Amino acid sequence: MNDTSRSEAPTKSHKGAISRFLNSTEIDTRLLGMLGALTLIWVGFHFYGVIFNNFGAFLTPRNLWNLSVQTSSIGIMATGMVLVIVTRNIDLSVGSMIGVIAMAMGLLQVEILPHFVGIGHWSIWILAVIAGLIFGTLIGALHGWLIAYRSIPAFIVTLGGLMVWRGMSFLSAGGRTISPVDSTFALLGGGPYGAVGAVGSWIVGALACLGVAYIIYTGRKSRRKHDFRLRPIWAEYFLAIVGWATIIGAVLLVNSYPWPKGIVRQYGTKIGQDLEGTFISHGFAIPVLILITVGICMTILVTRTRFGRYVFAIGGNPEAASLAGIDTKWVTMKVFALMGMLTAIAAVIASARLNSATNALGTLDELYVIAAAVIGGTSLAGGVGKIYGAILGALVMQSLQSGMVLIGFDSAIQRIVVGVVLVLAVYLDILYNKRVK
Amino acid sequence: MTNTGTPLVELKDISIAFGGIKAVDQVSVDLYPGEVVGLLGHNGAGKSTLIKCLSGAYKADSGEVHINGKQVTINNPRDARDQNIETIYQTLALADNLDAASNLFLGRELIGSGGFLDESRMEAETRKIMARLNPNFQKFNVPVSALSGGQRQSVAIARAVYFDAKILIMDEPTAALGPQETEMVAELIQELKKQGLGIFLIEHDIHNVMKLCDRASVMKNGLLVGTERVEDVTEDDILSMIILGKNPKVAV
Repeated sequence: MNDTSRSEAPTKSHKGAISRFLNSTEIDTRLLGMLGALTLIWVGFHFYGVIFNNFGAFLTPRNLWNLSVQTSSIGIMATGMVLVIVTRNIDLSVGSMIGVIAMAMGLLQVEILPHFVGIGHWSIWILAVIAGLIFGTLIGALHGWLIAYRSIPAFIVTLGGLMVWRGMSFLSAGGRTISPVDSTFALLGGGPYGAVGAVGSWIVGALACLGVAYIIYTGRKSRRKHDFRLRPIWAEYFLAIVGWATIIGAVLLVNSYPWPKGIVRQYGTKIGQDLEGTFISHGFAIPVLILITVGICMTILVTRTRFGRYVFAIGGNPEAASLAGIDTKWVTMKVFALMGMLTAIAAVIASARLNSATNALGTLDELYVIAAAVIGGTSLAGGVGKIYGAILGALVMQSLQSGMVLIGFDSAIQRIVVGVVLVLAVYLDILYNKRVK
Repeated sequence: MTNTGTPLVELKDISIAFGGIKAVDQVSVDLYPGEVVGLLGHNGAGKSTLIKCLSGAYKADSGEVHINGKQVTINNPRDARDQNIETIYQTLALADNLDAASNLFLGRELIGSGGFLDESRMEAETRKIMARLNPNFQKFNVPVSALSGGQRQSVAIARAVYFDAKILIMDEPTAALGPQETEMVAELIQELKKQGLGIFLIEHDIHNVMKLCDRASVMKNGLLVGTERVEDVTEDDILSMIILGKNPKVAV
């Protein structure tokens, strides 16, 4: 406790400069807080390992790469959960939905589709994914219909869903594990083959850098057009450079994690070359790219479309939203359908990563997803939430989990820590909001 | 001033009941262009309920709504807006978590290229209208929950005025305001009158009614007591209509 009071003192004396800096760059202080917490967790776990296990395993390309893959499925669902919670609802069923959707896709590609198109046909994974997405959207729409048009509380509908869909996933395959899935489908879950490699990662990085430049440039142009206050030019450059540095850093990181020797050898035999000792980079894992794409699409949906605006208006004041002519029921139903679709994407990644569909897949995920959204600043009172916050929240949750695995905490302690962190994060958020007001 | 020609709004025999209780019972009122009609009565007299049948928040059980002499159906707030009916609710009906521009354009967002919201244009338009209504207003980028009562009121008024309303419904617009802001609303009402808008004003303060309204319709227990031209009656006449539910002129 003493540490915090000591570290606060110098902050105050610099407050003028810092707040002027934050003002000019328009950086969200909450974002800074989350990045700070994340850094603390990462460095903390690393040095705990260095001190007590003589090996810091956390800040290694291998661990961070795995962390990024593990975050994908929770992160994708958390972006949808933001909208659900913003409209003052909750979805407790996403974990069970993962189970039943993954099982449906597993059965489809292993037991049903091969009868029609033949084993190993190229179209199997596409058909399975499309069917999964439709199935997920329909489940979500059903939840949404019961909640919006039949006025059953979301808590009850999705609590029912939690049990129903888990039961369905057991029944549909009689409790069997469906494995292995289609080989192309499996790439969507990551792994050495399910990553885009060094060159691919540089291309992704270059596109991302262009994207950052484009956003800053068009933002400035539009402000100038309407005579709004412009950020100082140094602040624009600062933001651009920070963005580029982050992107290039991420590319260097994923490219410095090589394929394991066994995989290199296996790949060498397959293409008929001796690759012994060659350094082949993983690059960005495909699920991570899916997460990033989902994050961007959801951010655009939330901030730049009518639908997103209506979602937030309903969360802020449902009565005002309906007096403004918004069809609040239809919007609510669409939010749950969207949640279902995102859960299906997460189910693709989770089952592909495991290379199988088990009836326990996704158990307890709903709690991690809700925790990720809430840690990311989504208010359970509704009306407030950020997509990037939820993704960072998922990263925080996953960092805690895999960090504790790395330093050898057993699962009982892991749960205690995650539970405490969740409560603490929400408490800090409440304190933060009080100070802002 | 006498009202001739077609009324802007005619509510004919409007009735609406909630759970067997007749909140509004066979009430007819009308409104002419450039006129302010005050709606008076105790709490629970049915004023707000009647007016919500016009703004689309409720659907009347029976009765007709005529706009410019033509019968129209108003099933929801969107229908009302299509008839150029704008409402300033007593609760203001603002989404507290959104900023002024988002509230002003709520349900009628400006769409730019690619079908996306045109945030900058909406903010620019909001700045324009606020400069006219409340030149001191500067808080454009904060949620309206951070605004004062008067500032929130001006956002709600701006929303009604911006979209070229022909018919304006104001439900106790000055209830939460200080004297200076009340004066501002009074001036605005006069200005809108000059532009030829028709205004239904729900108001408790009898002085404001005498000052701002051309006619006053009094309701009690869901029934219309009577409609009188303000210049023909005294404050006491109106008060007795509100309290006793009797029209003194008819009684004499």
